[in-house]
Amino acid sequence: MPADESAHGAHAARPEQVAAVAAPAAGSGKAAPARLAQAALRDLPWEIGVPKPDPIVVVDGVTRTFGGLTAVSVDHLEVQRGGITGLIGPNGAGKTTLFNLLTGFDQPNTGTWSFDGRPLGKLAPHQVARLGVVRTFQLTKALSRLTVLENMLLGAQGQKGENFFRALLPGAWKGQEKANTEKAMDLLRRFKLDTKREEFAGTLSGGQRKLLEMARALMSDPKVVMLDEPMAGVNPALTQSLLGHVKDLREEGMTVIFVEHDMDVVRDISDWVVVMAAGKVIAEGPPESISQNQAVVDAYLGAHHDAPLTVEEEDRVLAEVEAEINREQRGDAPPGSDVISSDGPGGRR
Amino acid sequence: MSDFLQAIASGAQAGLGYQAIFFVLLAVGLNVHFGYSGLLNFGQIAFALLGAFGLAISVVRWGLPFWVGILIGIAASVVLAILLGIPTLRLRADYLAIVTIAAAEILRLVFRSVGATSVTGGTRGLSGFNADFVALAPWPGGRQYEFWGMRWSGAQLWLALIGWIVVLLCSLLIWSLMRSPWGRVVKAIREDEDAARALGKNVYAYKMQALVLGGVMGTLGGSVYALGLGSVNPDQYQNANTFLAYTALILGGAARVWGPVVGGIILLFLVQFADTGLKALITNGIIPEDLLSQTDVAQIRFVLIGVGLMLLLVFRPQGIFGDRREVMLDAR
Repeated sequence: MPADESAHGAHAARPEQVAAVAAPAAGSGKAAPARLAQAALRDLPWEIGVPKPDPIVVVDGVTRTFGGLTAVSVDHLEVQRGGITGLIGPNGAGKTTLFNLLTGFDQPNTGTWSFDGRPLGKLAPHQVARLGVVRTFQLTKALSRLTVLENMLLGAQGQKGENFFRALLPGAWKGQEKANTEKAMDLLRRFKLDTKREEFAGTLSGGQRKLLEMARALMSDPKVVMLDEPMAGVNPALTQSLLGHVKDLREEGMTVIFVEHDMDVVRDISDWVVVMAAGKVIAEGPPESISQNQAVVDAYLGAHHDAPLTVEEEDRVLAEVEAEINREQRGDAPPGSDVISSDGPGGRR
Repeated sequence: MSDFLQAIASGAQAGLGYQAIFFVLLAVGLNVHFGYSGLLNFGQIAFALLGAFGLAISVVRWGLPFWVGILIGIAASVVLAILLGIPTLRLRADYLAIVTIAAAEILRLVFRSVGATSVTGGTRGLSGFNADFVALAPWPGGRQYEFWGMRWSGAQLWLALIGWIVVLLCSLLIWSLMRSPWGRVVKAIREDEDAARALGKNVYAYKMQALVLGGVMGTLGGSVYALGLGSVNPDQYQNANTFLAYTALILGGAARVWGPVVGGIILLFLVQFADTGLKALITNGIIPEDLLSQTDVAQIRFVLIGVGLMLLLVFRPQGIFGDRREVMLDAR
């Protein structure tokens, strides 16, 4: 694997960058997967649709239209295994729609996409989740009238007691339930929610719900975690703790794909950033490449946001407008309706 | 004073009789649907109708034993639940509500139609199918028993005994299901379907199972009612009964095992108690005849119960058994 060979090289080449990533990781052994992904992606060209050394999710020609609006149109996109991939873009860029398509919550008009080499087209959301692709939602979905612990236990996969008939035989699922409860308590301790285990999830604060949703997703031992705006509406202190948890996922070898608007967060944790605008991927590359990318700046701020018009350009634009006004006044106005016709186009404009 | 005791006794008899069992079983089924799974079934009476007519048609028309008739009623309900569920359970909750309310009315109209008379007896219905059941009673069915001011025939006592055992068994089934992982998934679906899907749960299958389970309990209620009355008539199965069952459920507390049971008993008790009590008050001249006549009592008692329910929802929205904290949480 190329990733293995270049892992140490990355250390030497970009110490400041690796230090930032490696800092929260306690042991050097645990930090290894993070460096693997980052190092593997280091030498890739910053091009749209660039093939990754070890992709876990591959998207090919996926389009989704709502009536006349093309919400998503992605030609080719690969997501590196074991890395944190940030998905950014202005509002309405199609990030959440892409999430919905990847997790089976929505079906595309065209295209194929695969997870670990296995095509995911036409799979229902629960089937995708069972394969190990688990997601969270932009609007947090804590199950309000279930306790925090019950929320967690729901995340566990392959539960025998979830079958109607076996549910009636407690002997068939009590052992598994106990093991799941222990696992859930471990996770809750990690996310500092263990004191709330018997509280209804609906009584938690917004940030705690985000934590709970993430912890619940982890109960299923996912391979890919897709987080839709995990930091939205979370106070800065909790953001730091959430960031730590996201990085921990990478240390544990999971692949993280997340949507986020806060560029500081994106720069801090992502190994690779994909930028979408108007349904298309307009740029991808390591976080530091993104702020220099002209297409990204244009997408966020508009193409002429910082270019003042020159005198010649100004004159040309003025001349064009004047010519247009003259044309309208001369030719198009029907006789006897001067007021209306000169009002009409102006009103429309 | 004796009038008051008499009103209590007649209320208690109503609260323990087969009508109460009927409403309790409807409400227990609705508890599975509405209380635990979040399914809006507004046509629970359709399942009861199938239970009643499954029994009656099997015995009267086909000459089968009554217990086979009950099983046929249950099988018919399972089919109905699946037919109602296939198109609607993938959609939002309101679609099931619309389809169930329509199905209840369609079934009643079909069963009372002239064309169906050869099977269902049309508007006259069917009768004479509960003799075998009454004969199973360990005491003479025709004898009158009087105790605590109540008056029961042997057949009514026998049906009440069996009926309450059925209620107990259904409640035990729900209790054991709802403390299992199955119940947890169903409650999660009530809270948020998409979250359950994202956690790998086949929401559609669980909703279907819950719909069938609750429907079968309503069916058992219909069979009990038919056995108690000794005859069936489609017009006894008006959809208003579904809403009375909802009343019982909310009175007792939704998503609680004993909520619909106690709620049903109390509701039937109150209706009968108000009836007997008001009539006694009018007879004794405490309520002037000009204000309220004997014939108005039947209507005014429901007005009183409606007012009582409004007060309940204002001051105790969780019902008798519910948890106030839980009700105050927004479901979504």
